[in-house]
Amino acid sequence: MNPPPAVEPPVPESEDTGFPGIRTWRGLYVFVFGSFVLWVVMLFALTMIFS
Amino acid sequence: MNPLDWVVLIGSMVGIAVYGLWRTRGRRSLTTYLKGDQDMRWLAIGVSVMATQASAITFISTPGQGFQDGLGFVQNYFGMPLALIIIAAFFLPIYRRLNVYTAYEFLGRRFDSKTRLLGAALFLLQRGLNAGITIYAPAIILSTVMGWRLDLTIILSGLLVILYTVTGGSQAVTLTQKYQMGIILGGMVAAFVILLVKLPANLGDAFTIAGSFHKMQAVDFSLDIHRRYTFWSGMFGGIFLMLAYFGTDQSQVQRYISGSSLRASRLGLMFNAVLKIPMQFFILLLGVLIFVFYQFEPAPVFFNEVAWQQARHDSGDKFRSLEQQFVSVEAEKLQLIRTWLDAKHAGDRNAEAAARAQAVAAHERSDEVRAEARAALQAADPRAKTNDADYVFIIFILHYLPHGLIGLLIAAFFAAALASKAAELNALGSTTTVDFYRHIVKRTASDAHYVTASKWFTLFWGLVAISFALFASMTENLIQAANILGSLFYGVMLGLFLVAFFLRWIGGMAVFWGALAAEALVLALHFSHAISYLWYNPIGCAACVVISILLQAASRSKFKARETGDA
Repeated sequence: MNPPPAVEPPVPESEDTGFPGIRTWRGLYVFVFGSFVLWVVMLFALTMIFS
Repeated sequence: MNPLDWVVLIGSMVGIAVYGLWRTRGRRSLTTYLKGDQDMRWLAIGVSVMATQASAITFISTPGQGFQDGLGFVQNYFGMPLALIIIAAFFLPIYRRLNVYTAYEFLGRRFDSKTRLLGAALFLLQRGLNAGITIYAPAIILSTVMGWRLDLTIILSGLLVILYTVTGGSQAVTLTQKYQMGIILGGMVAAFVILLVKLPANLGDAFTIAGSFHKMQAVDFSLDIHRRYTFWSGMFGGIFLMLAYFGTDQSQVQRYISGSSLRASRLGLMFNAVLKIPMQFFILLLGVLIFVFYQFEPAPVFFNEVAWQQARHDSGDKFRSLEQQFVSVEAEKLQLIRTWLDAKHAGDRNAEAAARAQAVAAHERSDEVRAEARAALQAADPRAKTNDADYVFIIFILHYLPHGLIGLLIAAFFAAALASKAAELNALGSTTTVDFYRHIVKRTASDAHYVTASKWFTLFWGLVAISFALFASMTENLIQAANILGSLFYGVMLGLFLVAFFLRWIGGMAVFWGALAAEALVLALHFSHAISYLWYNPIGCAACVVISILLQAASRSKFKARETGDA
């Protein structure tokens, strides 16, 4: 088994997201993850109230 | 269905297909046929990714799942946002930079030819089988609605999707998906609004009733690995399933690599990361509200009315007796629910609790009668499918929605089936052409030759899908069957790609044998019925990664020992 050929690193994260209010990709990913957390909290509240 | 429904159904379906064919006529370039013109904006990419994932199964079966088991299935999608973030950040830039046609080309460049072929073969096996399920789902609707033979319905719907996918390629798929998704969302929103208007209880009371009958448990933090849907299985199992599906399944990769830029492709994925959980929640909630609706309106004892009527016709007395028992217990339950709600509105806590306990007991009796009905059906016809959850939404539509909307909803199911089926066939044809035919059989030929080959392979996979749909026995709820099938192969596939992306010191031989050993482990777990299927994904992935590391380390030790010995 020979060592594999090296794969180039991903392209830099310099491209603007074009998303209103969020200019960096890291910021956009945090926003997306935050919206997921919010949904889980709301679903958990629904479960607690009605189950 | 009346003439208005037929106009809506045929007009929308044929109109969209003809538009797709007309817009993509005369395409002879392989790049355009397999990846489109690569000018797709982020919204088109997002809609295409969503339409590919959300098949007819999603819209037919998920409300039935909500009706039967409540909201818990939404947890299955909890891993998706994080998975899509990982794909957007790490996988996508590499796919775009290497300018690949298929995800498995990347495996070939990173490892070797046999690993590329293994990845492509796992995809073809999994997706080829799954294609049978996605074609079976709309066939159920049509055969139920129109009284057609199921086999004829499968063949006709299969041939229709084959026609425009073979002719128009990837661009026809993306173009038609945009309009098909519009029909789907329009139909589902209309059904939700009509249900809310017709619901005999207000939303607060509806949630209270659903909660008391165990339909409102959306999040379950139980650590019991035998439970099918929990927060943990959704997060950890789901993240592996979604990473594998969106990151390595060509039917999805082909959708988002056709973006006009890296930015468009990433935003398309983030669109899905934000909207998928709310969408699934509302579809499940639709099923829960249909459950509440049927607490006030007469429900059939078995929702597959065609199968029930057939068995009733053959051995009537037993079935008529069960129907009478069911009507009686449902009437008693309705009375108790009314008493319960009256007590709730009057603020009488004791009376409310007593009536609620009685209603829950009546509901349990009602479930027992349903179970008896299923047993009787099975005894009358051993081949009959006793899970009627897939019929719940269709029966509600046919009995309670106005004409025109019935046609729109049937068109929505049909559109969803065509959208996902087309993407699947397109991906199966592309992978067979690029990773097998062009790579092994004919390495140098004109674009026109490969486009023709791709069309033939797409046709071949369409016929395979039809065959599986005709002969497969669908033992469980359809959406679960699709997910179980995916989980058998996705974990190992993801393992292959994670090693490729993140463990750069591991070579092709180690990962190839590691993947085969991991797949054997997953299949052994499946046939031993040891754990919930969502765990196959992390286990298959982890096994592939760990065995690859061990094999690579063992190979280096052997190499070093030989060098030392030689010295």
